[in-house]
Amino acid sequence: MRQLLVLGAGTAGTIAVNKLRRRLPDDEWTITVVDSKPEHHYQPGYLFIPFGTYQPDEVIKPKAQLITNGVDLIIGEVDVVKPDESIVVLVDGAELSYDQLIIATGTHPRLDQTEGLDSRHYGETIHDFYTLDGATRLAEVLDGWKGGRLVVNIVEMPIKCPVAALEFMFLADAFFKERGIRDKVELTYVTPLDGAFTKPLAAGYLGDMLDRRQIALETDFMTMEADGDRKMLVSYDEREIPYDLLVTVPVNMGADFVDRSGLGDELNHVEVDRHTFLSDGHDNIFALGDAANLPTSKAGSVAHFAVDVFVDNFVQHIKGLPMTGSFDGHANCFIETGNGKGMLIDFNYDVEPLPGKYPLPGIGPFSLLKETPANHWGKRGFKWTYWNVLLPGRHLPFGPDMSTKGKRMQEMASS
Amino acid sequence: MSTTTIAGHSVNVNDEGFMTEYDEWNEDLGRELASMIGIDELTAEHWEAINFLRGDFAERSETPTLRRVTKVGGIPTKQLFVLFPKKPAKKMAYVAGLPKPKGCV
Repeated sequence: MRQLLVLGAGTAGTIAVNKLRRRLPDDEWTITVVDSKPEHHYQPGYLFIPFGTYQPDEVIKPKAQLITNGVDLIIGEVDVVKPDESIVVLVDGAELSYDQLIIATGTHPRLDQTEGLDSRHYGETIHDFYTLDGATRLAEVLDGWKGGRLVVNIVEMPIKCPVAALEFMFLADAFFKERGIRDKVELTYVTPLDGAFTKPLAAGYLGDMLDRRQIALETDFMTMEADGDRKMLVSYDEREIPYDLLVTVPVNMGADFVDRSGLGDELNHVEVDRHTFLSDGHDNIFALGDAANLPTSKAGSVAHFAVDVFVDNFVQHIKGLPMTGSFDGHANCFIETGNGKGMLIDFNYDVEPLPGKYPLPGIGPFSLLKETPANHWGKRGFKWTYWNVLLPGRHLPFGPDMSTKGKRMQEMASS
Repeated sequence: MSTTTIAGHSVNVNDEGFMTEYDEWNEDLGRELASMIGIDELTAEHWEAINFLRGDFAERSETPTLRRVTKVGGIPTKQLFVLFPKKPAKKMAYVAGLPKPKGCV
């Protein structure tokens, strides 16, 4: 028997084992997946928790329920991967050997990487919403908040779901309007980028949307520290932004064992080929989803498209054949914009988000780069799709490669 | 893309003035590029950063991020802001004759 070992039962790991179990004969391959936590979180749902739209228990399911029969789930923490011996050592000392290894341990917000975030002010005047605990605590605070200066800052790119921080601004604007205190709230969005988003055309659209909502945009701001006593966000070039409530998006880093195993870049993201996800220098190690250092968005949609390409490649690879599939960096993200509307963007390594219709050219039902109610319902309906179609590895009615059909290519920004 | 003359050399640059050919760069050009963005003297510390960028790019075909210069190159971020004020990632790349670091995704 040959052994496939998967580290991480999040979005990428779960889809991968569920799809691969159907493709790898039971009498030839065992599949084992290791994760440190027994619960799977629907991470896109975190965004809605601070505003009371979702309750925490709506975004959690037991991992064991989501993993298909014939896959062993081990709850345990990885200590180190020893690529030369093809062994993974867990913190409790257990050793797991593998013929093929997939690292899918994601990327995680790290308050400890920035001075002042991981301080006694955290949970009081400093919050985050990229963890269930953080989002839940923030919901309590926003519920009783009387107004003041609310600052959202992205410490450093890349972060997972890069649009979520903007969505937070749009939803906050709608939330305070609904409560009748928008005039008592100053909203500021602080980013290390030179615009509202990473891609030029979308940055323009999203920047205008901030403007229309009177949300201030502070660009090129490299956060050095949050001075909690003075309630001041300070940049390396000595700019200061005062806040009453700081909602921070901390540095995101891959798992520490990636670094200990010598497989990661400076953010502990596994260095892989961007089209096949094969680890640099190791013929039997792959990384999927946010754990990999791909130059595309860190998001579940990317993981899903990527695994589609990966599964066929993997079956070729273990037969000793060349991998013929090539991932194009396809990402799409619903962007919740408040007041029952949403927007959708669709892009890849080479083509930035463009206006048009998706997934059917000219028809939709979703509109790209445009705020519509259909996009909002697409986003809200996605939770069901995630649990029932995406994670089980069932087919969605559109393939992994991005299409430019139905998109207005002439609007591509020049840069 | 276009060509321009810097310090007597004809070089290829993009529309923001970043050099596009790794091998067209030399230290004289580096000094000239630095003075064009207001850095009149390149000290040993500047060169340490520039040399790290050049070496790292040669290995990875990608302009290193600020974090990489700090973690792998060993130069504290605060110091990079002193050496290349306001926008060290872009300014270092400009002086080192490398592509502008990619806005992350």
